[in-house]
This record gives sequence, structure tokens and C-alpha cells, in this order.
Amino acid sequence: MPNSLYIACIPLLPLVSFALLGLFGTRVFKNLSGLLATVLLVVSTILAIWVAYNYFFHFGQANGIYQRIIAGQVTWLRFSSELSIDMGLMLDPISCMMIVVVSFISLMVHIYSLSYMKGEERYPTYYAFLSLFTFSMLGLVLSSNMFQIYIFWELVGVSSYLLIGYYYDRPGAVKASQKAFIVTRFADLGFLIGILVLSFYSNTLDFNTLIERLTNPASPGLKTALASSFLGISAITWGSVLVFMGGAGKSAMFPLHIWLPDAMEGPTPVSALIHAATMVVAGVYLVARLFPVFSISAPASLDLVTFVGVLSALLAALIACTQTDIKRVLAYSTMSQIGFMMFSLGVARHGHEEQLGYSASMFHLFTHAFFKALLFLCAGIIIHLVHSNEMNDMGGIRKNLPVTHICFLIACLAISGIPPFAGFFSKEEILQASWQRNKVVFWIALTTSGITAFYMFRLYFKIFWHKPLGHQASHADTAEGDTMIRLPLVILAIGSLLTGFIPFGRFVSADGTPVHTDLNLIFSVGPVLVGLAGIFLARWLYLNKNDAPEKIKNGTRALYTAAYHKFYIDEIYVFITRRIIFNLVGKPAAWFDRNVVDGLVNTTGNTTQIVSKKIKGLQSGKVQEYAIYFLLGAGGLALLFIYGWK
Amino acid sequence: MNLTALLVIPLLTALTILLLRRHHLVKWTALIGSIIQCLLCFVLVAAFRKEQITSPSDFMYFIQQFDWLPAWNISYKLGVDGISIAMIMLTAFVVLAGVLVSWNIEKMTREFYFLLILLSLGAHGFFLSLDLFMQFFFLEIAVIPKYLLIGIWGSGKKEYSANKLALMLMGGSALVLVGILALYFSSPDKTFDIVRLSEIHFSTRTQRIFFPFLFVGFGIFTALFPFHTWVPDGHSSAPTAGSMFLAGISMKLGSYGCLRVATFLMPEAARQYSPTIIVLSCIAILYGAFATMMQKDLKYMNAYSSISHCGFILLGIGMLTRTAIIGSVMQMVSHGLMTALFFAVIGMIYDRTHTRMINEMGGLMKMMPMISTAFFIAGLCSLGLPGLSGFAAEITVFIGSWQRTGLFYRTATIIACMSIVVTAVYILRAISQTLMGPLKNPAFGNIKDANWNERLAAVVLIAGIVLIGMAPYWLSELVRGGADIIAGRLMSK
Repeated sequence: MPNSLYIACIPLLPLVSFALLGLFGTRVFKNLSGLLATVLLVVSTILAIWVAYNYFFHFGQANGIYQRIIAGQVTWLRFSSELSIDMGLMLDPISCMMIVVVSFISLMVHIYSLSYMKGEERYPTYYAFLSLFTFSMLGLVLSSNMFQIYIFWELVGVSSYLLIGYYYDRPGAVKASQKAFIVTRFADLGFLIGILVLSFYSNTLDFNTLIERLTNPASPGLKTALASSFLGISAITWGSVLVFMGGAGKSAMFPLHIWLPDAMEGPTPVSALIHAATMVVAGVYLVARLFPVFSISAPASLDLVTFVGVLSALLAALIACTQTDIKRVLAYSTMSQIGFMMFSLGVARHGHEEQLGYSASMFHLFTHAFFKALLFLCAGIIIHLVHSNEMNDMGGIRKNLPVTHICFLIACLAISGIPPFAGFFSKEEILQASWQRNKVVFWIALTTSGITAFYMFRLYFKIFWHKPLGHQASHADTAEGDTMIRLPLVILAIGSLLTGFIPFGRFVSADGTPVHTDLNLIFSVGPVLVGLAGIFLARWLYLNKNDAPEKIKNGTRALYTAAYHKFYIDEIYVFITRRIIFNLVGKPAAWFDRNVVDGLVNTTGNTTQIVSKKIKGLQSGKVQEYAIYFLLGAGGLALLFIYGWK
Repeated sequence: MNLTALLVIPLLTALTILLLRRHHLVKWTALIGSIIQCLLCFVLVAAFRKEQITSPSDFMYFIQQFDWLPAWNISYKLGVDGISIAMIMLTAFVVLAGVLVSWNIEKMTREFYFLLILLSLGAHGFFLSLDLFMQFFFLEIAVIPKYLLIGIWGSGKKEYSANKLALMLMGGSALVLVGILALYFSSPDKTFDIVRLSEIHFSTRTQRIFFPFLFVGFGIFTALFPFHTWVPDGHSSAPTAGSMFLAGISMKLGSYGCLRVATFLMPEAARQYSPTIIVLSCIAILYGAFATMMQKDLKYMNAYSSISHCGFILLGIGMLTRTAIIGSVMQMVSHGLMTALFFAVIGMIYDRTHTRMINEMGGLMKMMPMISTAFFIAGLCSLGLPGLSGFAAEITVFIGSWQRTGLFYRTATIIACMSIVVTAVYILRAISQTLMGPLKNPAFGNIKDANWNERLAAVVLIAGIVLIGMAPYWLSELVRGGADIIAGRLMSK
């Protein structure tokens, strides 16, 4: 096993670059900031690949089963003798896969940004935030402790906030960053309470011990957790569902997805890294991390995962068909693809036969990272060329951007599930897994993958065809100029082409044993046909300008309008927060405090003053008056003693 | 280590300031005095750790005792445990930052610094003393100068605020005095000594009657609902260093008293009243947070958020478990540093823009990146971002609270947890409206960023926040011993 110091360096090197750039970036490093961050990340990426390689091929297995290995641990905060937050490094198949994905995609984005973000005023700050994000995300996937993952979860959230709001003088970006943070914070509330519930019954925060105690039917913790229920649902199911709520927020699952499309206000490379390839899959990762608890002790919560996943996948795909901002289309497609990963986890169960969905989900996560990052990086170049996010401003630019064009096409084919591109393999496995458990899920998933192909090629045709060639020719030389910008595209395109051939089930599975997946003809042909149908439909409608799309739009007006307005979910949220929370809770609370509570205090003060004003005349200094008071008092007392005394 | 040194330094500084004429000499004396105090605190921690290894189960360390008024059994008695050391360090740091922030005060500089250092003396004395009478004496020293600070150097409706603050805190002190005298007269050998009193088991009746006096009395200092209304007015009228002291330290005098005097000396009553305390602190947490959301003035916003955050302190005490108490003490330190930073930054912004209204600012980040970053860090700490002190403290309180089983305690914990969302809402709202967006007022186009003293003040406080946030272990272990003893008394019959 490699020295744990090397493993620790994987997340720590980006932290170093964050600290250096944060403290001295604007004064010392300036234009070298990007290079510094990139060089450190190269080292980190190499270490990650090396560690993952060694894990999968050398030290990870014991008796043919991949183990969860803790490579080093430091106590960070101790609550009691059992409960403590230990910062640890956990190596298991999914964490090893994730460190590679995160560091690699992050590296691509770092390289891409070297020229894409050149000349930005806050260039060092940009790289500082990017490094902070990379550090947090790597820390998140390596976590060995429930609270450790929560800590990095929050750090990931704040770096996403900082990067969405990178252009802080644009009101749209500021609003979007705020929305993203608050929505995910709301979800994190569930996560936090979920942690409290699960840690209470397992009496530990350590993942290994927690999973062991909450899946072993003989353990007292699990027995109490199953026996104690709230609203008819066992405590362990509550815990799992609440943890899933956190995951759903970060992964933009319905109904907590509203922040993701707005998050596209950030710089495009950031969208590629954070809001497409890495951070948004953290929720999937979290469910996968606790999968034994979900599947063995709380299978009901997996049904919820399935339901939310399927619904998000379908809903997002429908919305994506109607949007015209290319980054928003990509954002909804991300949401839809994460929905695929989610329900794929949801249909998996404990046991060797039924765990295909788990591997499929992780496989899709892996391949998706490549082609989705690629799509966003291409979108960045396109946006630089036409200076607009709107699809309608584009068209016919395939000759201006030859490399981008090919890369974009590859990514579109990959996401549509056309062989031999990567998405085909992972999607095929997902469909197979859902067929095993739930036919309804299968059919919805199949439909959704058809819609996916349709809207992706709608995007493709509208950007690169649709209008006559060359009307953007004036920018032809500047757009794709730098090799630094093209290099990541080409690498990711190769990735989107080849990663599908990795025998993924051999390495990543729920119980550590290899899962054999054979290409099943029925599950391969179906999605491919559906995908091709979607592509041809898009080609018919959007290859050249015609009035067919308009007709279809009018034919399905109700559905189109609803989808165009994102099914009015944002409006519902605005109603709840503005009308109910602000006007019916916040304002009355502030009013009550100033007028009732403080009013009482002031009244006490004023009454005291009034009373003392009234009675201060009593102390007049005149002997005659005192004599009268004395006489009255003495008389009163005398009467009291005579008549009142019994 | 001789604890009297910690009192002598501020006393000497204060007296020297009185003798000086030149303004800059006054400032430098105050600065040097508070730096020495900070250094002494580090020495104290080092000495404490060494002492703790040799005798780990002592109740109090470095005890010093002289007779003061033998006829009444009043003595000068000092001693520390981890909890009071944490408080002393907090005081020293906040005072240092306060001295730095007030560097540009022009009006009656000498008097201002004298009062500030006098406050620091009062706070240090309060945390150090083991004799209730002496503690009360120092508590008063830490109250009266505040009246003058607000009344003379304040802003807005300062007379009203000064009166309100002084009267409410005096009211609190009066309740405390009743409680203290009750303890004195109920103890068999008529003593004010905390160590002695902690060995006595007071009758249930005495405890039940007099616990509320002490708890509410100290509670007023720490913004116990519904006695918190001095907080918004007092904080917003006070001068910057005054607000820092008020929110950073003065509110902790109360919570420390609640823990060390009320809860510790009358454990049985604490158990009985625990649900009431929990309900009140949950109200403060959530209701304070909602009220914060609606504030338009930055200082009011921070004052209300202090009510909400101090709710966590009281919640931790009310939950009575060991972990919750540790969390509560950590929250005292964390809130002290964070809120002091907040007020310092608000003061810096006010000095430049001459407004505290949130909607009149906007886009300040461009003009003063340094101050904005400090504001940002304070905000992130307030909303409990890991890596900054607030997170570690709150999480410890949550874990400690969750150990109490039963629907009531669970609901209370969940209500407290809910505030993390509301906090995020108001903090991000304030940040986005003041710092971000396009520059709203062209008059702010030529304002300058922080100068050296302001930078140094911010760095001192941020260093504390980050240190605790990154490595909370040392703080939680520092207070563990003291919390163990308190919790042990609460748990046993």
C-alpha cells in the first residue's frame, strides 16, 4: 500500500495552492497563478491515478473482494469517547474512482481556463476558488467519517457559491449564487439531522463501524433503530431518507433542483467542473457510500431514491427540449443524467444478483463526467465566439470551430447512448438493471433516453447547422486559437470514446465482488433505436430552418408552455419563501419583538417614571403634611388592629 | 502561574492611561497593555496544560486566596479551569482588537481608553474569581463603564439605549445579588466560596426558588428571551469597540455565570428547569434568526443574530449533557470572536460610508476588498461554515443535544438545527446587498480600504476564528475537564 502521506497529498496540494493564491495571489503570483495551481494539480492527479491503479490491481483486494481501507486518520474533534470526527482517508472502489475523476476533470478545466480566463481581473482569485473546490471535492470523496463528509460537503457548497458569484458585480450571478447556497443548505439540514439519527443508533460517526453496526441484524443499535419509529416509519429509514435529502439537494434532484439552471451564471469552465461533472454527483456518491445501510436496513428509502431519480430524469428532459439558452439545456441534461444515476442506485438491492444497478450507476457517473465536461467546455468556446448563450444567435458555425464541432458531436453521441461511445455502455446497464426490478422505471427510462437524444441533437443542429455557413466568419481565427483550449477537448473526447470499454463491474460493485455484465442484445438494440429516432427527429426539425418546430409547439401548447416555464416550480418556491416565510413569519417576528416584547420593557420603564412622578409630591419636607400622613397611618393601623384582628 | 498578574496588567494600564496627556501615548499604552495581556494568556494556557498533566482531576488550578473581609467570609480568591481560561483568552483577544479598531477616536481619547481597559479588567476579574462576592464586584465593573461609553461616544438614540442597557443589566445584577445572598445564607458555614459551595447540597426548595434568580439575572446579560431587548438598541448605539466588547465579552459574562454559578451550584434545580431553558433558548434561536432576516441596519442585524447565536449557548447549558456543555463553551468563544469581527467590520464600513443601512450600500467589494473579505469571513463563520469556529461549536451543541432522548428534546434540537438555513438566508442577503453587485452610490467611489490598525484588528480576530475552526480539538480538550466536572454534578443525584 502506498504511504498515506502520498494519499493525503492528493487533496492537500490543491489546498496549498488555495492558501498561496488566496494570500498572495493578487500581489505576488498575478498571471502565474493559473500555472501554479495547474502544476500542483498535475502532481495531485498523477498521485490519484497511481493510488487508484495500485488499489485496483495490487493492494485493494483480499480474497477477491475489494476492501474498504482506511489509510491514516487524525482526530479533529472529539464529542465523547465513541463519537468523534476523525479526518481520514478511505480507499475503496468508489473513492478511488472518484479521486481520478475529480482530479482529472479538474485538471482539464484548469488547463482550459489558462487561456479561457486570461485577462480576467480576478484571475488569481478564480484559481484560488477552483483550488478550494478541488480540495473540498477530493476531501469529500476520501472521507471516512460521517461528519467529515458533511464538512467537505459544506466546503464544496461554499466554493460553488463563490464560483457562481465570481462575477460579483452582475446581479444575476449574485442572485444565482445565493439561491444555490440556500437551496442546498436547506437540503443539508436534512443531511445534518440524518447524521444525528444514524450516529445516535450506531453510536459512531465512522463509516466502516457505522455501516457494520447498522447492517448487522445482531447489533443492538440496529434493533433499537428498527424498533423505534416516528409516524410509522422506522428510525433507520428516517435517517436514510434525511441523508438522501442532502444528497438530492446537492445533486439537483426534484424538487430541490431549482438552483442548478441558475448556477450557469458562473464562468463556463466552472459549470463544466462543478455543475456538470463533479460536485453535482456528490449526492449519488453519498447514497452509494451508505448503500449497505440503505439496501439492507432501509430498503423503503431506496424506493424513494428510485422515484425521485426517475421523476427528475423525465422532468428535466422535457424541460430541456424547450429551453433556448445552451447552458441551461446542458444544465437540465445534467439533472436528467443524474436522475439516471439515482434511480439506478434505487433499483439495486443487497446481494450479488441484484447489485447491477449500483455498478451501472457508478459507471454512468464515470462516463458522464467525461462527456458532460466536454459539452460544457465546447459550449464555452461557442459562447466566446457568438457572445451569447442563446441558441437562436447561433447556427452554421461548424466551419468556424472544426475541432469543437467534432468534439461536441462525439459528446452528443455519447450522451444519446449510441455505440461505441461511452454513454451507450453505461446506459445499457442502467436499463438492464431497471428491467430486473421495475418495468415502469424501465419504460420511463427508455423514453427519457429518446428525449435526451432529441434535445441534445436539437442543440447540436441549431448550433452547428440550421443557418447558412459562415455568417460568423469574422471571428474565425480567434475562437479556437489556443492549443491550451483545444487540448482538454481532445483528451475528453478520447475519454468519451474509450471509457465505455472499461469492464467497470469488475472493479466497482456494492459488495466488492466482480459483477459480470454481458451485452444483452435486447437492452442494447432498444435504446439505440430510440436514440436514433430522437436524433432523426431533431435532424428533421432543426437541420435547416423550417416551420415544423413552430407547428409542433402550437400543437402541444399546454405541455410546451408548462415545460418552458419549468413546470412553475420556481414560482412555487418564490411563493413559499416570499409570501409565507418573509411576510408571515419574518415580518411578524420582527414587529413582535420591537412592539410587544420591547414595548413591555418600555412600558415598565415609563410606568415607573409616571408613578414616581405622581408620588414624589409626598416627600415635600413640610412637617404639617408629614403629621397628617402620620395621623392617618396611625389611625388606619388602629382601625386594623381593632376590627381586623381576629 | 500567578493569576493576579492577569488583573494587575489591565489595572496598571488603566492607571497609566489616566496619567498620560498625549493621545498617541494613551493609545500605545493601551495597545502594549493588551498585547502583554494576550501573551500572558498564552503563558497561562501553556502552564495549565503542564499542570493538567500532573494533576488531571483537579477542579480549579493555580488557586490564590487572601482574606478580604473576614467578618463576612469574603475573600480574594482566584482560580481557573479550562472553561475560564477559554473565556480569558477570548477577552484578551477581543480587547486587543477593540483597542486597535478605536485608533481614530478623537473625542476624549484618554477617557475612552481608560473605560475600555476598565471593562477588560472587570471581565478578567469576573472570569478569574472563585468568590461570588468578588465575582459580583467585577460584574458591576464590567457594566457601569458601558453606560458611559454608549452615552458619550455612542451614536443614534444613545441616551435611550444607554439607559435601557444600564437599567436592564442592573436589573439582572439585582437578581443575581439576591441569588448570591441566598446561597450565602443557605450554606452552613456562610461562605461565598464557589469551591466550598459546590460541595454543599442545597435543599430542593432553596434551589427551586433561587435558581431562577441567578439564571434569569445572568440570562439577561446573555440575551435570554424575553429579556433580550437591550441587545439591539445597546449594540447599535455603542461605539465600535463598545459593541465589540458588549457582544463579544459582556454577553459571555452572563452565559458563564449561568453555567458556573446557577447551573453548577444548583444542579437539581437546573434539571428541573431544563425544559424551560430549552424552550426559551429555542425561541431565541429561531425567532431571533427570523427577526434578523428583516433588519435593515447592519448593526441591528448583527445584534439580532447575536440573540440567535447566544441561544445556542443557553441551549447547550439547558441540555445538561457533557458534550452540549462543551459545545456551549465553544460557542461562547466562537461567537465572541465572530461577533467582535462583525462589529469591527461594520464600524469600518460606517466610518467610510457614513451609513449602516443595508439598502444604501452595494458593490463595496470593489472599493475595499480587504474589509469585504473580513466581512465575508465573519459571515461565513456565522452561518457555520466548516473550517471556521462557528461550525465546530454548533455541531458540538447539536450532538450533545441529540444525546437527550425523548420527543421534546429531539424537537428542540431540530428547531435549533433549522436556524442554520435561516442564518444562511440573512447572512447571504447582507453580503450580497452590501458587498456585491454594481457600486450603488457613486460617492463611495473613492473610499479607501483598511489601514494598518484595522487590518491588524481583523487579523487578530480572524486568526482566532480560523485556528479554532481548523483545529477545534485543542479548544474542546481545553474545556473538557471543566465541563466534565459540571456535567458530573448535573448527572449525579
